[in-house]
Amino acid sequence: MSAGAVRVRLSVNGESHEIEVEPRTLLVHALRDSIGLTGTNVGCDTSSCGACTILVDGRSAKSCTMLAVQAEGSEIVTIEGLAATSDGDGLHPMQEAFHECHGLQCGYCTPGMILASVSLVDEYPDLDDKKVREGLEGNLCRCTGYHNIVRAVLTAAGKEA
Amino acid sequence: MAVTEDTTNAGGIGARMLRKEDGKLVTGESKFIDDIHVPGELWMGMVRSTMAHARITSIDTSAAASMPGVHSVLTGAQLADMDLWAAPLPCAWPVTDDMANPPHWPVVPEVVHHVGDIVAVVLADSRYQAADAVEQVIVEYESLPAVASIEQAIADTNLAHTDLSTNKAYTWAIAPDPEGTQAAFDAAAHKVSCRFVQQRLIPAAMEPRGVLAVPSPMGGDITLYSATQVPHILKVMMAATTGIPENMIRVVAPSVGGGFGAKLNINPDESLALVLAHRLGRAVRWTETRSEAAGSTHQGRGQIQHVELASDANGKLTAIRVKIDADMGAYMMLITPGTPLLGSFLYHGVYETPKFSFTCEGWFTNRTPTDAYRGAGRPEASYAIERAMDMLSYEVGIDPIEIRRRNYINGGEPFEMWENPAGIFFDSGHYTPTLDRALEMADVAGLRAEQQARRDAGSSKQLGIGLCTYVEICGLAPSRALGGLKYAAGGWEHSTVRLLPTGKVEVVSGSTPHGQGHETSWSQIIATKMGISPDDVTVLHSDTAKSPLGLDTYGSRSLAVGGVAISMAADKVIEKARLIAAHQFEAAPEDVEFTDGSFSVAGSPSKSVHIQELGFAAFSAHDLPDGMEPNLQEQVSFDPPNFAFPFGTHVAVVEVDEDTGGVELIGYFAVDDCGNQVNPMIVEGQVHGGVVQGAAQALYEIAVYDDDANITNPSLMDYLVPSAAEMPSIVTDSTCTPSTTNPLGVKGVGEAGTIGSAAAVINAVVDALRPHGITDMKMPATPMRVRRAIEAANGGAS
Repeated sequence: MSAGAVRVRLSVNGESHEIEVEPRTLLVHALRDSIGLTGTNVGCDTSSCGACTILVDGRSAKSCTMLAVQAEGSEIVTIEGLAATSDGDGLHPMQEAFHECHGLQCGYCTPGMILASVSLVDEYPDLDDKKVREGLEGNLCRCTGYHNIVRAVLTAAGKEA
Repeated sequence: MAVTEDTTNAGGIGARMLRKEDGKLVTGESKFIDDIHVPGELWMGMVRSTMAHARITSIDTSAAASMPGVHSVLTGAQLADMDLWAAPLPCAWPVTDDMANPPHWPVVPEVVHHVGDIVAVVLADSRYQAADAVEQVIVEYESLPAVASIEQAIADTNLAHTDLSTNKAYTWAIAPDPEGTQAAFDAAAHKVSCRFVQQRLIPAAMEPRGVLAVPSPMGGDITLYSATQVPHILKVMMAATTGIPENMIRVVAPSVGGGFGAKLNINPDESLALVLAHRLGRAVRWTETRSEAAGSTHQGRGQIQHVELASDANGKLTAIRVKIDADMGAYMMLITPGTPLLGSFLYHGVYETPKFSFTCEGWFTNRTPTDAYRGAGRPEASYAIERAMDMLSYEVGIDPIEIRRRNYINGGEPFEMWENPAGIFFDSGHYTPTLDRALEMADVAGLRAEQQARRDAGSSKQLGIGLCTYVEICGLAPSRALGGLKYAAGGWEHSTVRLLPTGKVEVVSGSTPHGQGHETSWSQIIATKMGISPDDVTVLHSDTAKSPLGLDTYGSRSLAVGGVAISMAADKVIEKARLIAAHQFEAAPEDVEFTDGSFSVAGSPSKSVHIQELGFAAFSAHDLPDGMEPNLQEQVSFDPPNFAFPFGTHVAVVEVDEDTGGVELIGYFAVDDCGNQVNPMIVEGQVHGGVVQGAAQALYEIAVYDDDANITNPSLMDYLVPSAAEMPSIVTDSTCTPSTTNPLGVKGVGEAGTIGSAAAVINAVVDALRPHGITDMKMPATPMRVRRAIEAANGGAS
């Protein structure tokens, strides 16, 4: 173990990992650089854009706003592991809904947007257009104008108007 | 020309086909630039100027160079001595013969000209080590007076470049009849004179830029991966500016996370990575941080617009005179000087005017360079004329809807090839239906009643309804026209269509998507043309080794130029396949018909072969017509004969809280006409995103510089890209007036939303505040600005 590094044990997409990182390493960089899961994107450096959103113990979190050491013992789901958390062989219903509703264009915000939306639907059973918009306030998209993202989330939640 | 719509094939032109791109993007499988790694790669860390204008007096790299993992630290002076560059970074659009163009080196050797100019580069083993070392480089400067605004540039008291005698970079004009224009103003019954400010905007594609240069030390070739919209242009420009032979450079744009113009430049980091990797024989990479981007990626807009309208007593326009002062920023980047001119032909909007005059002066400032940002010149033009038309309607005393109807080109009736007062030809237009449909969708009559009811009730929540009836110019561009404008490159696009031995089709496209869904749309074009399933089509793009010829994606050109090239190449494949079918049928080619993918002989339907079955015959070449070359592969470089001119009507509805000054966009209705549509779902998505980007300019976004030309809000904490919470659902519809410029009858829609929305939103804000006598509102219409405008209108604090 290199000088100053610390060992972190965490579960990512159902697999146990033990990684060595500097204490200051952001969780998103540990996921991307140490574990090699590059589906989680970085869009800013101020916790503003939400591109790096993942699920930590079932709830959405911005992985640029956590240190890797803070994830010790956590169960993490990234976009690569989301489909496996749902029944069936295919995509997670939220991934499917983003596809069906054209809720993505360049796709860079999409992993974070999808995971934030999964958490939102879990947390609020009575979603409507306004609640989805407020619930996704921490996730920025520059392509879609949000219209089809909101439709996708409502569709996945079974609330499509 | 009829609407092209394939009703026989669910995945053909006109179908709302779900995107082929999505699977990789919703699962994290796509590889963006920061996801691609090679062994031994070195990370660049940029030491950037913290001063806007200063002479470097010393750089101490010793502490940084001795840090763990640091390979080297190179200053601009050291890099200049290494003889790495053949020329400064390129400007491809010298708009006048006498345009000033001070050298723009990737790393500054002596004098910095904006905050963010690179003064030294660190090479280190990791992202974190590079960032740490950047912090330890000590740079001392001798401060020089900075030019922090367009007004300061015009004053010419301080010079942005001390080697130049003035901050003015150029003067460019279309003024066919200045005396006649003045006479029209002298004789006008009504005149308005407006000054609008197009604030600087940070493009803020969600993926920051990044680059990775991978050399082949023994082979001598080098691959440059870049988050770029323009791999083909980048390749040419890298060869020209680095001296590395073009045939040794391959450029790859991997998945690219949005561009909006910000990724069409030739950047210092790209050049640095290439030359350092080439010199060191090691891979070199860099990923921009978001806060760094305010100084490392060009910005958009940055204009002061003076717009004058003259009309007769009925509000019929008699003259339009426009003068623009455009902020170039510190350097001329790829198309910096031409960007404001892309709107020059359109300052009369969708209206007829006998007299027209446009002048643009470009000015250097010590701020981040400007260049193309979604719409590039046309949002500015559309904003200017559409705001000014509202102001003329106040002056004449008629409704904003009515003043538009009175002035529409050809009275609002359909037209083709209309010559505008700037001397270009609008391909086609029919403006009244988009207006009528938008008014109906928004229920403007009902909104007006509610607005009046609120006013009668003394509500402090004012309703505002704003209109924009825009036209834009896209489908860039006829190469000769570009040459006439002194743009260095052409405007064609290339495609190769290849029928493989097993009947599958490869389409090679020179246009370069970054969210637009080209793989889907191009497959739909092939599906309709060749009568095959879109699933049988693969689109190759964004890699100069797979797609050697191309001019890339910007200016809403991909479909109207690149898509047309694909369609034409498919036609050529079909024609060659027809000859093979005729040979097999022992029939004359002119007797062989092609329907739904199958060739058959007229009058003998039993003889039939599907085009996909001919792939193997062309490949095996056992029995081809005498003299025919094997294989079914055809290519087309399509140079469009004209631009395309999409148009539409947008209606914005806002609620303005007079007590707080807060503006809420509560409704948005867009009726756009981009000619024939290949995939209406994708068209709507482009409109949605474009509308929000324009509304964001109207209400939230501004790059704020202080008096020393420091940007004060570089991060997404302070630069307010709107979220879903600030934006309404967007109601869309379209009309279809096919383009006469190309055989598909298509125009473009990537920028239309942005071109229509800023004016619509500000017109709505002003409309809400009309009872106070307010006639204009600067962008962004922040609560502070709105509240102060109300106070000023009421003679102080209200």
